[in-house]
Amino acid sequence: MNEATVPSGKRARITAVTSGKGGVGKTFVSANLAAALARRGERVLVLDADLGLANLDVVLNLSPKITLHDVFTGKHRLEEAIVPVEGGFSVLLAGSGMVEYSRLTPEVRDQLLETIAAVSPQFDRVILDTGAGISDVVLYTLSLAHDVLVVTTPEPTAMTDAYATIKVLAATQGRRELLLAVNQTLKPGEGRTIRGQLQLVIDRFVSPGLDTPVTLDFIGELPVDPAVREAVQKRQLLLELYPGSPAAVAVLALAARLAP
Amino acid sequence: MPHGAAARLASTLSEPTAPAQAPSQPATAGQSALKFDAALSLLRQSGHEPPAGELGSSAWLQGLIDGLCELSSRDALTGLANRRHFEMVLGREIDRVARAGEPALLLLLDIDHFKRVNDSHGHAAGDLVLKALADALLECVRPMDTVARVGGEEFAIVLPNCPPAFGPTVAARIRTRIERQPVTVGLSQQISVTVSLGGAFAPQWVRSSVRLWLERADLQLYNAKAAGRNRAVFEPAAVSLVTAEEKGLLFSPSQLDQLNAAAAAAARDAGA
Repeated sequence: MNEATVPSGKRARITAVTSGKGGVGKTFVSANLAAALARRGERVLVLDADLGLANLDVVLNLSPKITLHDVFTGKHRLEEAIVPVEGGFSVLLAGSGMVEYSRLTPEVRDQLLETIAAVSPQFDRVILDTGAGISDVVLYTLSLAHDVLVVTTPEPTAMTDAYATIKVLAATQGRRELLLAVNQTLKPGEGRTIRGQLQLVIDRFVSPGLDTPVTLDFIGELPVDPAVREAVQKRQLLLELYPGSPAAVAVLALAARLAP
Repeated sequence: MPHGAAARLASTLSEPTAPAQAPSQPATAGQSALKFDAALSLLRQSGHEPPAGELGSSAWLQGLIDGLCELSSRDALTGLANRRHFEMVLGREIDRVARAGEPALLLLLDIDHFKRVNDSHGHAAGDLVLKALADALLECVRPMDTVARVGGEEFAIVLPNCPPAFGPTVAARIRTRIERQPVTVGLSQQISVTVSLGGAFAPQWVRSSVRLWLERADLQLYNAKAAGRNRAVFEPAAVSLVTAEEKGLLFSPSQLDQLNAAAAAAARDAGA
C-alpha cells in the first residue's frame, strides 16, 4: 500500500461525506477520518467539495496560497494546490472565489471530474467533503464517489435530512448501499438505533419498487465529547490534540470499519 | 429650501474644495494624482455629509469610500436599496439558506397601472407615489429585511429567516396598507394605487442562484397580475422530500422502543 510516490496504476477509493443538514460535523468527520486512515497507512487526500462555502481550511487552520480556484482558473497546476497537512494526509482546498462554481455548469462538472481523475492515481483514498444540502453540485459530487458516507446526528432535523439525501440518492443515482455514521451521540448504542429507524423507513418507503433494496451500513458513532469542541475551537485535528479522547477513539474505529 | 439643506450648501461653498484648483490638497505624495472633486460633489448633491477627518487622511478617505459605497447601493429617488445592492443581498441570502437551511422569502412587488398615474397626474406626482410607497414598505417589514427598488415601479423585498406562514401575512399587510393609504399630491389631490405581489421561498439547503430565484418570484408576480392585480400570489410550496407519513415512522415511539431494546440486547451480547 505504501509505494508512496510511484503511482501504482491503482486508483483511489473515492469516499464522499455528506449529510443533508449542515452543521452535523461533516467537515470535522472528513478531516479526522482522513487522519485516522492515514495512520492505517493509506495515502489520503481530502478534497473540499463544498465549492461555495468551503470551510476545510477553517477546520484545519490553513491559509492556503494555492487552491482549487487557482487550478480551475488555470493560474496554477493541480499538483501545486495539493497541500500536505499535519495529520499525515493531503488536502485540496476550494478557496474563496469558488462561489461562482456553486452552480453545476458543464464547466464545473468537467473540472471536478478532471480534478478527481487526476488525483486518483496518486492516492489510496480521496475523501470528498461535500457541502450541506442536496444541491445539484452535491448530487454530482456524490455521483463520482464509490462510497457515500452519510453523517447525521440524533437530532430529528438532521435525521430527516439524512433520510431525504438517502432517498434522493436511491432514486436518482441508483445507490443501493450507503454508509452511515452518527455524530454527537449521547449514549452508547444510539447510533445503531438511529440506523435502525432510518432503515425501517427506507424499507417501508424507499425500497419497495426498486430492483434491489437500499441498505444502510452503519460504520460507527462518535459520542458527544468536550474534546471535540476544544479541538474545533483550536482549529486542530482531534486526533492530534486529544488522540485518547472517546471521540478520537471512535474516529479510529470508524476508519477501521472503512479500511479493514 | 429647508434650513438643513441651505446650511449644507453654504458649508460646501465655504469649503476649500469649492474653487477648482484648491481642492483636495493631497496629504501624501502618493495621492498627488488623485482627484476627489467629483466624488465630493456627488456626496454633497445626494445630501451626504462630507467625510470627517483631515483632508486626505486615511480616515477621511475611508469616509469618502464609505459614502460612495452607500451612494452606489441606494436608489436615488426613494433611498431604498438599488438593484445592485439587492442582488448582492439576494446572493448572500442564497449562501445562508444553503448553509443554514433557514427559510427565506423573496417578494416582488409592482404598482398596478402605474402608467395611468404618470399619464394623468404627471411624473412629479408619480415620483411622490413611489416615495410614499417606499416609506410604507419599510414600515411593513422587519429591520432585517431588505427593501429595494429594482425597476421603475417594481420593488423587491428579501426576508431572511421567514417562516412559510409569515410570507402571506406580510404580503397581505403590504397590499392592504398600500390600498388604504392614498398619497396626497399638491394641496389636496389624493392618488390611490394598488400593488401586485409575487413571492417565492428559497429552496432550503439547496444553493440556488440569483437569476433562478428572481425568475420564480417574477412568475408569481405575473400570475398575480394575470389574476386581476391587487393581490399576492405565492409559489406553491414544493412537495417535501420527506412526507409526513415517512416522518411519522421515522420518529414513531413504539418503533423506537423496539429498536432501543434491540440495541440494548446487542450491546449485552457484545459485552458477554
